[in-house]
Amino acid sequence: MSGAPEPASKPEKIARYVDEVAPLLGLTIPAECREGVARHLAMLFAAGALIRDFPVGGAETAPVFEP
Amino acid sequence: MAEEVRGRRVTARDLVAATLERIRARDGELNCFTAVVAEGALREAEAVDADIGAGKVVGPLAGVPFAVKNLFDVAGLTTLAGSRINAERPRAARDATVVARLRGAGAVLVGALNMDEYAFGFTTENTHYGPTHNPHDPGRVAGGSSGGSGAAVGAGLVPFALGSDTNGSIRVPAALCGIFGLKPTYGRLSRAGTALFGISFDHVGPLATSARDLAVTYDVMQGPDAADPVCAGRNVEPCLPRLADGTGGLRLAVADGHFAAGGEPEVFAAVERVAKALGATRRVTVPEAHRARAAAMIITASEGASLHRDDLKRRPMDFDPLTRDRFLAGALVPGALYVQAQRFRAWYRERVREIFRSVDVLLTPTTPCPAPKIGQETMTLAGVTVQTRPNLGLYTQPLSFIGLPVISVPVADAGPLPLGVQLVAAPWNEAALFRVAAALEREGVVAARIAG
Repeated sequence: MSGAPEPASKPEKIARYVDEVAPLLGLTIPAECREGVARHLAMLFAAGALIRDFPVGGAETAPVFEP
Repeated sequence: MAEEVRGRRVTARDLVAATLERIRARDGELNCFTAVVAEGALREAEAVDADIGAGKVVGPLAGVPFAVKNLFDVAGLTTLAGSRINAERPRAARDATVVARLRGAGAVLVGALNMDEYAFGFTTENTHYGPTHNPHDPGRVAGGSSGGSGAAVGAGLVPFALGSDTNGSIRVPAALCGIFGLKPTYGRLSRAGTALFGISFDHVGPLATSARDLAVTYDVMQGPDAADPVCAGRNVEPCLPRLADGTGGLRLAVADGHFAAGGEPEVFAAVERVAKALGATRRVTVPEAHRARAAAMIITASEGASLHRDDLKRRPMDFDPLTRDRFLAGALVPGALYVQAQRFRAWYRERVREIFRSVDVLLTPTTPCPAPKIGQETMTLAGVTVQTRPNLGLYTQPLSFIGLPVISVPVADAGPLPLGVQLVAAPWNEAALFRVAAALEREGVVAARIAG
Protein backbone atom coordinates (compact mmCIF):
# COMPACT_ATOMS: atom_id res chain seq x y z
CA MET A 1 0.00 0.00 0.00
CA SER A 2 1.51 3.29 -1.02
CA GLY A 3 -0.50 5.63 1.18
CA ALA A 4 -3.44 6.15 3.48
CA PRO A 5 -6.59 4.29 2.46
CA GLU A 6 -8.56 6.26 -0.08
CA PRO A 7 -11.84 7.77 1.11
CA ALA A 8 -15.03 5.81 0.47
CA SER A 9 -16.72 6.53 -2.83
CA LYS A 10 -20.03 7.80 -1.43
CA PRO A 11 -19.28 10.96 0.54
CA GLU A 12 -22.95 11.87 0.84
CA LYS A 13 -23.61 8.61 2.69
CA ILE A 14 -20.82 9.36 5.11
CA ALA A 15 -22.13 12.89 5.68
CA ARG A 16 -25.58 11.48 6.42
CA TYR A 17 -24.06 8.97 8.83
CA VAL A 18 -22.30 11.83 10.65
CA ASP A 19 -25.54 13.83 10.85
CA GLU A 20 -27.57 10.90 12.17
CA VAL A 21 -25.14 9.04 14.41
CA ALA A 22 -23.40 11.92 16.18
CA PRO A 23 -26.56 13.05 18.08
CA LEU A 24 -27.30 9.44 19.04
CA LEU A 25 -23.88 9.37 20.70
CA GLY A 26 -24.44 12.69 22.44
CA LEU A 27 -22.10 14.62 20.17
CA THR A 28 -22.76 17.86 18.38
CA ILE A 29 -20.62 18.29 15.29
CA PRO A 30 -20.01 22.02 14.73
CA ALA A 31 -21.15 23.10 11.27
CA GLU A 32 -17.65 24.19 10.28
CA CYS A 33 -16.32 20.71 11.17
CA ARG A 34 -18.97 18.66 9.39
CA GLU A 35 -17.14 18.35 6.08
CA GLY A 36 -13.79 17.59 7.70
CA VAL A 37 -15.27 15.02 10.04
CA ALA A 38 -17.01 13.28 7.12
CA ARG A 39 -13.76 13.30 5.13
CA HIS A 40 -11.78 11.73 7.95
CA LEU A 41 -14.52 9.26 8.77
CA ALA A 42 -14.56 8.23 5.11
CA MET A 43 -10.85 7.45 5.41
CA LEU A 44 -11.48 5.39 8.54
CA PHE A 45 -14.26 3.45 6.81
CA ALA A 46 -11.93 2.87 3.87
CA ALA A 47 -9.34 1.56 6.32
CA GLY A 48 -12.06 -0.57 7.85
CA ALA A 49 -12.86 -2.06 4.46
CA LEU A 50 -9.35 -3.52 4.42
CA ILE A 51 -9.95 -5.54 7.58
CA ARG A 52 -13.72 -5.82 7.88
CA ASP A 53 -13.97 -9.14 6.07
CA PHE A 54 -10.43 -10.34 6.61
CA PRO A 55 -10.45 -13.94 7.90
CA VAL A 56 -8.86 -13.78 11.34
CA GLY A 57 -9.88 -17.31 12.31
CA GLY A 58 -10.41 -17.65 16.02
CA ALA A 59 -8.30 -14.63 16.94
CA GLU A 60 -9.26 -13.78 20.50
CA THR A 61 -8.96 -10.29 21.97
CA ALA A 62 -10.41 -10.69 25.44
CA PRO A 63 -7.78 -9.89 28.07
CA VAL A 64 -6.91 -12.36 30.79
CA PHE A 65 -8.49 -11.24 34.05
CA GLU A 66 -5.89 -11.09 36.81
CA PRO A 67 -7.34 -10.03 40.15
CA MET B 1 29.06 14.00 29.73
CA ALA B 2 28.22 12.41 33.10
CA GLU B 3 31.75 11.00 33.28
CA GLU B 4 33.14 14.52 32.86
CA VAL B 5 30.96 15.70 35.71
CA ARG B 6 31.80 12.77 37.97
CA GLY B 7 35.51 13.29 37.19
CA ARG B 8 35.12 16.97 38.13
CA ARG B 9 36.51 18.08 34.78
CA VAL B 10 33.36 20.13 34.33
CA THR B 11 30.65 21.13 36.77
CA ALA B 12 27.04 20.16 36.30
CA ARG B 13 26.18 23.81 36.76
CA ASP B 14 28.39 24.85 33.84
CA LEU B 15 26.88 22.12 31.67
CA VAL B 16 23.35 23.16 32.48
CA ALA B 17 24.13 26.87 32.14
CA ALA B 18 25.60 26.23 28.69
CA THR B 19 22.50 24.21 27.76
CA LEU B 20 20.22 27.03 28.87
CA GLU B 21 22.27 29.49 26.85
CA ARG B 22 21.98 27.31 23.72
CA ILE B 23 18.22 27.11 24.21
CA ARG B 24 18.04 30.89 24.66
CA ALA B 25 20.05 31.45 21.49
CA ARG B 26 18.37 28.91 19.19
CA ASP B 27 14.87 28.12 20.37
CA GLY B 28 13.34 31.29 19.01
CA GLU B 29 14.09 29.92 15.56
CA LEU B 30 13.27 26.25 16.23
CA ASN B 31 10.33 26.45 18.69
CA CYS B 32 11.16 23.19 20.46
CA PHE B 33 10.37 24.28 24.02
CA THR B 34 7.02 25.17 25.56
CA ALA B 35 8.59 25.63 29.01
CA VAL B 36 12.16 26.15 30.23
CA VAL B 37 12.80 25.61 33.94
CA ALA B 38 16.08 27.51 34.18
CA GLU B 39 16.15 28.25 37.90
CA GLY B 40 15.17 24.76 38.95
CA ALA B 41 17.66 23.21 36.55
CA LEU B 42 20.53 25.32 37.89
CA ARG B 43 19.54 24.43 41.46
CA GLU B 44 19.47 20.71 40.62
CA ALA B 45 22.84 20.99 38.90
CA GLU B 46 24.35 22.71 41.91
CA ALA B 47 23.02 19.91 44.10
CA VAL B 48 24.76 17.35 41.87
CA ASP B 49 28.02 19.30 42.13
CA ALA B 50 27.62 19.48 45.91
CA ASP B 51 27.11 15.71 46.13
CA ILE B 52 30.21 15.08 44.04
CA GLY B 53 32.17 17.56 46.13
CA ALA B 54 31.04 15.75 49.28
CA GLY B 55 32.23 12.43 47.89
CA LYS B 56 28.73 10.97 47.57
CA VAL B 57 27.93 8.33 44.98
CA VAL B 58 26.03 9.93 42.08
CA GLY B 59 23.96 8.34 39.35
CA PRO B 60 24.99 7.39 35.81
CA LEU B 61 23.40 10.55 34.41
CA ALA B 62 24.85 12.98 36.95
CA GLY B 63 24.54 16.51 35.63
CA VAL B 64 23.29 15.53 32.15
CA PRO B 65 20.63 17.99 30.91
CA PHE B 66 17.48 16.65 29.30
CA ALA B 67 13.98 17.71 28.29
CA VAL B 68 10.67 15.91 27.84
CA LYS B 69 7.75 16.06 25.45
CA ASN B 70 5.09 18.08 27.21
CA LEU B 71 2.84 15.09 27.78
CA PHE B 72 5.07 13.84 30.62
CA ASP B 73 4.11 15.08 34.06
CA VAL B 74 6.77 17.32 35.54
CA ALA B 75 6.15 18.44 39.10
CA GLY B 76 5.27 22.13 39.06
CA LEU B 77 4.39 22.31 35.35
CA THR B 78 1.01 21.90 33.68
CA THR B 79 1.04 18.88 31.38
CA LEU B 80 -0.12 20.47 28.14
CA ALA B 81 -0.03 17.44 25.84
CA GLY B 82 0.14 20.03 23.08
CA SER B 83 -3.34 21.33 23.85
CA ARG B 84 -4.92 24.60 24.86
CA ILE B 85 -7.54 22.73 26.88
CA ASN B 86 -4.98 21.17 29.23
CA ALA B 87 -3.35 24.57 29.81
CA GLU B 88 -6.30 25.31 32.11
CA ARG B 89 -5.56 22.30 34.28
CA PRO B 90 -3.57 22.33 37.54
CA ARG B 91 0.16 21.85 37.61
CA ALA B 92 1.39 18.30 38.02
CA ALA B 93 2.03 17.36 41.63
CA ARG B 94 4.74 14.84 40.83
CA ASP B 95 6.96 13.67 38.02
CA ALA B 96 6.00 10.87 35.63
CA THR B 97 7.69 7.62 36.68
CA VAL B 98 10.34 7.72 33.95
CA VAL B 99 11.11 11.39 34.60
CA ALA B 100 11.57 10.61 38.28
CA ARG B 101 13.88 7.71 37.42
CA LEU B 102 16.04 9.90 35.18
CA ARG B 103 16.24 12.61 37.82
CA GLY B 104 17.05 9.95 40.38
CA ALA B 105 20.00 8.97 38.20
CA GLY B 106 21.26 12.57 38.33
CA ALA B 107 19.87 13.91 35.04
CA VAL B 108 18.79 17.56 35.14
CA LEU B 109 15.49 18.50 33.52
CA VAL B 110 15.66 21.80 31.64
CA GLY B 111 12.21 21.99 30.08
CA ALA B 112 9.17 20.64 28.27
CA LEU B 113 8.91 20.21 24.52
CA ASN B 114 6.41 20.92 21.76
CA MET B 115 4.29 18.20 20.16
CA ASP B 116 1.21 17.59 18.03
CA GLU B 117 -1.94 18.11 20.08
CA TYR B 118 -2.63 15.00 22.17
CA ALA B 119 0.07 13.23 20.11
CA PHE B 120 -2.29 12.90 17.11
CA GLY B 121 0.11 13.79 14.29
CA PHE B 122 3.42 13.17 12.58
CA THR B 123 4.62 16.76 11.98
CA THR B 124 4.41 18.91 15.16
CA GLU B 125 2.61 21.68 13.30
CA ASN B 126 0.82 22.68 16.48
CA THR B 127 -1.67 25.49 15.88
CA HIS B 128 -1.71 26.62 19.54
CA TYR B 129 2.04 26.70 20.16
CA GLY B 130 3.38 27.02 16.61
CA PRO B 131 5.25 24.53 14.46
CA THR B 132 8.58 23.10 15.54
CA HIS B 133 11.19 23.63 12.83
CA ASN B 134 13.63 21.01 11.61
CA PRO B 135 17.13 22.02 12.74
CA HIS B 136 18.57 20.86 9.38
CA ASP B 137 16.20 23.07 7.39
CA PRO B 138 13.92 25.42 9.33
CA GLY B 139 11.42 25.46 6.47
CA ARG B 140 10.72 21.78 7.07
CA VAL B 141 8.91 19.83 9.77
CA ALA B 142 10.74 18.12 12.59
CA GLY B 143 8.40 15.15 12.42
CA GLY B 144 6.02 14.23 15.17
CA SER B 145 4.38 13.90 17.37
CA SER B 146 7.56 14.18 19.48
CA GLY B 147 8.86 16.91 17.18
CA GLY B 148 10.13 19.17 19.94
CA SER B 149 12.13 16.23 21.28
CA GLY B 150 13.61 15.39 17.87
CA ALA B 151 14.52 18.98 17.03
CA ALA B 152 15.97 19.78 20.48
CA VAL B 153 18.32 16.79 20.25
CA GLY B 154 19.01 17.23 16.53
CA ALA B 155 19.98 20.86 17.12
CA GLY B 156 22.29 19.93 19.98
CA LEU B 157 20.23 21.85 22.53
CA VAL B 158 20.06 18.83 24.84
CA PRO B 159 21.92 15.51 24.62
CA PHE B 160 18.76 13.46 25.04
CA ALA B 161 15.02 13.89 25.36
CA LEU B 162 11.95 11.80 26.02
CA GLY B 163 9.14 11.22 23.58
CA SER B 164 6.14 8.99 23.20
CA ASP B 165 5.28 6.73 20.28
CA THR B 166 1.83 5.38 19.43
CA ASN B 167 2.20 5.04 15.67
CA GLY B 168 5.73 6.32 15.04
CA SER B 169 5.98 9.47 17.14
CA ILE B 170 9.51 8.80 18.42
CA ARG B 171 10.86 7.16 15.28
CA VAL B 172 9.59 9.68 12.72
CA PRO B 173 11.14 12.77 14.39
CA ALA B 174 14.31 10.83 15.19
CA ALA B 175 14.68 9.98 11.49
CA LEU B 176 13.82 13.43 10.18
CA CYS B 177 16.10 15.18 12.69
CA GLY B 178 19.08 12.85 12.21
CA ILE B 179 19.26 11.16 15.62
CA PHE B 180 18.64 7.83 17.37
CA GLY B 181 15.20 7.01 18.76
CA LEU B 182 14.03 3.98 20.72
CA LYS B 183 10.47 2.74 20.93
CA PRO B 184 10.80 -0.16 23.35
CA THR B 185 8.52 -3.18 23.60
CA TYR B 186 4.97 -2.29 24.59
CA GLY B 187 4.85 -2.46 28.37
CA ARG B 188 8.60 -2.20 28.88
CA LEU B 189 8.69 1.38 30.20
CA SER B 190 6.14 2.86 32.55
CA ARG B 191 3.66 5.32 31.10
CA ALA B 192 2.47 6.43 34.54
CA GLY B 193 2.21 10.20 34.66
CA THR B 194 1.92 10.65 30.91
CA ALA B 195 -1.06 11.84 28.88
CA LEU B 196 -2.21 8.76 26.98
CA PHE B 197 -3.51 8.72 23.42
CA GLY B 198 -4.05 5.26 21.93
CA ILE B 199 -3.88 3.00 24.94
CA SER B 200 -3.32 -0.16 22.91
CA PHE B 201 -0.08 1.17 21.42
CA ASP B 202 1.18 3.97 23.68
CA HIS B 203 4.90 3.70 24.41
CA VAL B 204 7.49 6.09 25.85
CA GLY B 205 11.18 6.18 25.04
CA PRO B 206 14.34 8.23 24.57
CA LEU B 207 15.81 10.15 21.62
CA ALA B 208 19.59 10.70 21.74
CA THR B 209 22.72 11.38 19.72
CA SER B 210 24.35 7.96 20.12
CA ALA B 211 23.49 4.34 20.75
CA ARG B 212 25.35 4.61 24.03
CA ASP B 213 23.33 7.56 25.30
CA LEU B 214 20.16 5.82 24.18
CA ALA B 215 21.16 2.72 26.17
CA VAL B 216 22.15 4.60 29.33
CA THR B 217 18.87 6.49 29.49
CA TYR B 218 16.80 3.42 28.56
CA ASP B 219 18.45 1.30 31.23
CA VAL B 220 17.77 3.89 33.91
CA MET B 221 14.07 4.01 33.00
CA GLN B 222 13.46 0.24 32.95
CA GLY B 223 11.69 -1.72 35.66
CA PRO B 224 8.19 -2.58 36.86
CA ASP B 225 5.80 0.13 37.99
CA ALA B 226 2.58 -0.66 39.80
CA ALA B 227 1.27 2.77 38.77
CA ASP B 228 1.00 1.66 35.12
CA PRO B 229 -1.23 -1.38 34.59
CA VAL B 230 0.42 -2.00 31.22
CA CYS B 231 3.99 -1.94 32.52
CA ALA B 232 5.41 -5.46 32.57
CA GLY B 233 6.70 -7.01 35.75
CA ARG B 234 10.03 -7.80 34.14
CA ASN B 235 13.34 -7.17 35.77
CA VAL B 236 15.72 -4.62 34.31
CA GLU B 237 17.57 -6.06 31.32
CA PRO B 238 20.49 -3.63 30.85
CA CYS B 239 21.51 -2.92 27.26
CA LEU B 240 24.54 -0.74 27.93
CA PRO B 241 26.75 -3.80 28.60
CA ARG B 242 25.61 -5.32 25.28
CA LEU B 243 26.79 -2.49 23.03
CA ALA B 244 30.20 -4.05 22.42
CA ASP B 245 28.82 -7.52 21.69
CA GLY B 246 28.75 -7.01 17.94
CA THR B 247 26.35 -8.65 15.53
CA GLY B 248 27.88 -12.12 15.49
CA GLY B 249 25.21 -14.81 15.67
CA LEU B 250 22.35 -12.43 14.96
CA ARG B 251 20.06 -13.39 12.09
CA LEU B 252 19.42 -10.26 10.06
CA ALA B 253 16.95 -9.64 7.26
CA VAL B 254 15.45 -6.84 5.20
CA ALA B 255 11.66 -6.44 5.07
CA ASP B 256 10.24 -6.36 1.55
CA GLY B 257 6.64 -6.03 0.34
CA HIS B 258 4.93 -3.11 2.09
CA PHE B 259 8.27 -1.92 3.47
CA ALA B 260 9.94 -1.83 0.05
CA ALA B 261 7.25 0.15 -1.78
CA GLY B 262 5.62 3.55 -1.67
CA GLY B 263 8.71 5.53 -0.65
CA GLU B 264 11.32 7.68 -2.34
CA PRO B 265 14.38 5.89 -3.77
CA GLU B 266 16.77 7.37 -1.20
CA VAL B 267 15.00 5.71 1.72
CA PHE B 268 15.43 2.29 0.16
CA ALA B 269 19.04 3.13 -0.69
CA ALA B 270 19.57 3.94 3.00
CA VAL B 271 18.17 0.53 3.99
CA GLU B 272 20.39 -1.22 1.44
CA ARG B 273 23.42 0.61 2.74
CA VAL B 274 22.74 -0.58 6.28
CA ALA B 275 21.94 -4.10 5.05
CA LYS B 276 25.18 -4.26 3.09
CA ALA B 277 27.21 -3.16 6.09
CA LEU B 278 25.58 -5.88 8.15
CA GLY B 279 25.78 -8.54 5.45
CA ALA B 280 22.01 -8.91 5.59
CA THR B 281 20.96 -10.49 2.31
CA ARG B 282 17.81 -12.32 3.32
CA ARG B 283 14.44 -10.79 2.41
CA VAL B 284 11.35 -11.34 4.54
CA THR B 285 7.75 -10.38 3.85
CA VAL B 286 5.67 -9.14 6.76
CA PRO B 287 2.20 -10.33 5.73
CA GLU B 288 -0.67 -7.89 5.44
CA ALA B 289 1.32 -4.94 6.78
CA HIS B 290 -0.95 -2.52 4.91
CA ARG B 291 -3.95 -3.94 6.74
CA ALA B 292 -2.04 -3.61 10.01
CA ARG B 293 -1.64 0.07 9.28
CA ALA B 294 -5.34 0.40 8.50
CA ALA B 295 -6.28 -1.37 11.72
CA ALA B 296 -3.88 0.85 13.67
CA MET B 297 -5.64 3.93 12.28
CA ILE B 298 -9.05 2.66 13.42
CA ILE B 299 -7.90 1.69 16.90
CA THR B 300 -5.97 4.94 17.38
CA ALA B 301 -8.86 7.13 16.27
CA SER B 302 -11.35 5.23 18.43
CA GLU B 303 -9.22 5.13 21.57
CA GLY B 304 -8.06 8.73 21.20
CA ALA B 305 -11.62 9.95 20.75
CA SER B 306 -12.73 7.91 23.74
CA LEU B 307 -10.09 9.50 25.98
CA HIS B 308 -11.12 13.01 24.91
CA ARG B 309 -14.86 12.45 24.59
CA ASP B 310 -15.89 14.88 27.31
CA ASP B 311 -13.97 17.74 25.71
CA LEU B 312 -15.12 16.76 22.22
CA LYS B 313 -18.67 17.00 23.51
CA ARG B 314 -18.35 20.21 25.51
CA ARG B 315 -15.74 22.29 23.69
CA PRO B 316 -14.76 20.88 20.29
CA MET B 317 -13.70 24.30 18.99
CA ASP B 318 -10.93 24.48 21.57
CA PHE B 319 -9.10 21.59 19.89
CA ASP B 320 -6.37 22.24 17.35
CA PRO B 321 -8.03 22.38 13.90
CA LEU B 322 -5.41 19.85 12.78
CA THR B 323 -6.71 17.22 15.22
CA ARG B 324 -10.33 18.21 15.94
CA ASP B 325 -12.06 16.69 12.91
CA ARG B 326 -10.01 13.50 13.22
CA PHE B 327 -10.92 13.07 16.88
CA LEU B 328 -14.59 13.71 16.12
CA ALA B 329 -14.46 11.18 13.28
CA GLY B 330 -12.87 8.68 15.65
CA ALA B 331 -15.78 9.11 18.05
CA LEU B 332 -18.14 7.89 15.31
CA VAL B 333 -16.33 4.65 14.40
CA PRO B 334 -18.66 1.66 14.92
CA GLY B 335 -17.68 -0.62 17.78
CA ALA B 336 -17.74 -3.68 15.54
CA LEU B 337 -15.01 -2.17 13.38
CA TYR B 338 -12.87 -1.45 16.43
CA VAL B 339 -13.27 -5.02 17.66
CA GLN B 340 -12.42 -6.44 14.24
CA ALA B 341 -9.29 -4.24 14.18
CA GLN B 342 -8.27 -5.73 17.53
CA ARG B 343 -8.99 -9.26 16.29
CA PHE B 344 -6.90 -8.60 13.20
CA ARG B 345 -4.17 -7.37 15.52
CA ALA B 346 -4.13 -10.71 17.35
CA TRP B 347 -3.95 -12.55 14.02
CA TYR B 348 -1.15 -10.33 12.69
CA ARG B 349 0.87 -10.60 15.90
CA GLU B 350 0.97 -14.39 15.50
CA ARG B 351 2.15 -14.13 11.87
CA VAL B 352 4.92 -11.72 12.82
CA ARG B 353 5.94 -13.93 15.74
CA GLU B 354 6.53 -16.68 13.20
CA ILE B 355 8.98 -14.42 11.34
CA PHE B 356 10.98 -13.79 14.50
CA ARG B 357 11.51 -17.52 15.01
CA SER B 358 14.14 -17.32 12.27
CA VAL B 359 15.07 -13.62 12.33
CA ASP B 360 16.54 -11.55 15.16
CA VAL B 361 16.58 -8.10 13.60
CA LEU B 362 14.58 -6.85 10.64
CA LEU B 363 15.47 -3.71 8.65
CA THR B 364 12.93 -1.28 7.20
CA PRO B 365 12.90 2.41 6.28
CA THR B 366 11.63 4.71 9.05
CA THR B 367 9.87 7.25 6.82
CA PRO B 368 8.99 7.18 3.12
CA CYS B 369 10.82 10.47 2.50
CA PRO B 370 13.00 13.12 4.15
CA ALA B 371 11.32 15.94 6.10
CA PRO B 372 8.50 17.62 4.14
CA LYS B 373 8.02 21.37 4.20
CA ILE B 374 5.99 22.98 6.96
CA GLY B 375 2.41 23.37 5.75
CA GLN B 376 2.87 20.91 2.91
CA GLU B 377 -0.52 19.22 2.46
CA THR B 378 0.43 16.67 -0.19
CA MET B 379 3.59 15.03 -1.44
CA THR B 380 4.56 12.72 -4.24
CA LEU B 381 5.83 9.32 -3.20
CA ALA B 382 6.92 6.84 -5.85
CA GLY B 383 5.05 8.93 -8.41
CA VAL B 384 1.76 9.00 -6.48
CA THR B 385 0.39 12.16 -4.83
CA VAL B 386 -0.66 11.44 -1.25
CA GLN B 387 -1.50 13.41 1.88
CA THR B 388 1.68 14.37 3.68
CA ARG B 389 0.77 14.02 7.34
CA PRO B 390 -0.71 10.50 7.60
CA ASN B 391 1.80 9.02 5.19
CA LEU B 392 4.85 9.78 7.31
CA GLY B 393 3.76 6.77 9.37
CA LEU B 394 3.66 4.39 6.42
CA TYR B 395 6.45 2.16 7.76
CA THR B 396 6.19 2.80 11.48
CA GLN B 397 2.52 2.05 12.13
CA PRO B 398 2.54 -1.68 11.27
CA LEU B 399 5.26 -2.25 13.91
CA SER B 400 4.03 -0.29 16.94
CA PHE B 401 0.63 -1.87 16.19
CA ILE B 402 1.90 -5.05 17.85
CA GLY B 403 4.31 -3.45 20.29
CA LEU B 404 7.58 -4.56 18.71
CA PRO B 405 10.77 -2.86 19.93
CA VAL B 406 12.36 -0.60 17.31
CA ILE B 407 15.39 1.68 17.14
CA SER B 408 15.46 4.25 14.36
CA VAL B 409 19.12 4.83 13.46
CA PRO B 410 20.32 7.91 11.53
CA VAL B 411 22.05 6.84 8.33
CA ALA B 412 25.33 8.71 7.78
CA ASP B 413 25.56 10.87 4.66
CA ALA B 414 22.04 9.89 3.58
CA GLY B 415 21.65 13.03 1.49
CA PRO B 416 20.94 16.72 2.03
CA LEU B 417 18.43 15.85 4.77
CA PRO B 418 18.58 13.10 7.40
CA LEU B 419 16.96 9.70 6.97
CA GLY B 420 16.46 6.83 9.39
CA VAL B 421 16.34 3.06 9.18
CA GLN B 422 14.28 1.00 11.60
CA LEU B 423 15.91 -1.92 13.40
CA VAL B 424 13.05 -4.17 14.51
CA ALA B 425 13.16 -7.15 16.89
CA ALA B 426 10.85 -9.59 18.63
CA PRO B 427 9.18 -8.40 21.83
CA TRP B 428 11.61 -7.94 24.74
CA ASN B 429 14.70 -8.27 22.54
CA GLU B 430 15.87 -4.64 22.72
CA ALA B 431 19.39 -5.92 23.40
CA ALA B 432 19.70 -7.19 19.81
CA LEU B 433 18.73 -3.76 18.52
CA PHE B 434 21.39 -2.07 20.62
CA ARG B 435 24.04 -4.53 19.45
CA VAL B 436 23.24 -3.74 15.81
CA ALA B 437 22.93 0.01 16.33
CA ALA B 438 26.25 0.21 18.15
CA ALA B 439 28.02 -1.92 15.53
CA LEU B 440 26.70 0.27 12.71
CA GLU B 441 27.80 3.36 14.61
CA ARG B 442 31.32 1.99 15.12
CA GLU B 443 31.57 1.34 11.39
CA GLY B 444 30.42 4.86 10.59
CA VAL B 445 27.35 3.65 8.70
CA VAL B 446 25.05 5.43 11.09
CA ALA B 447 25.82 8.67 12.90
CA ALA B 448 23.79 11.40 14.50
CA ARG B 449 23.74 14.60 12.47
CA ILE B 450 23.68 17.56 14.82
CA ALA B 451 22.80 20.94 13.37
CA GLY B 452 24.78 23.06 15.77
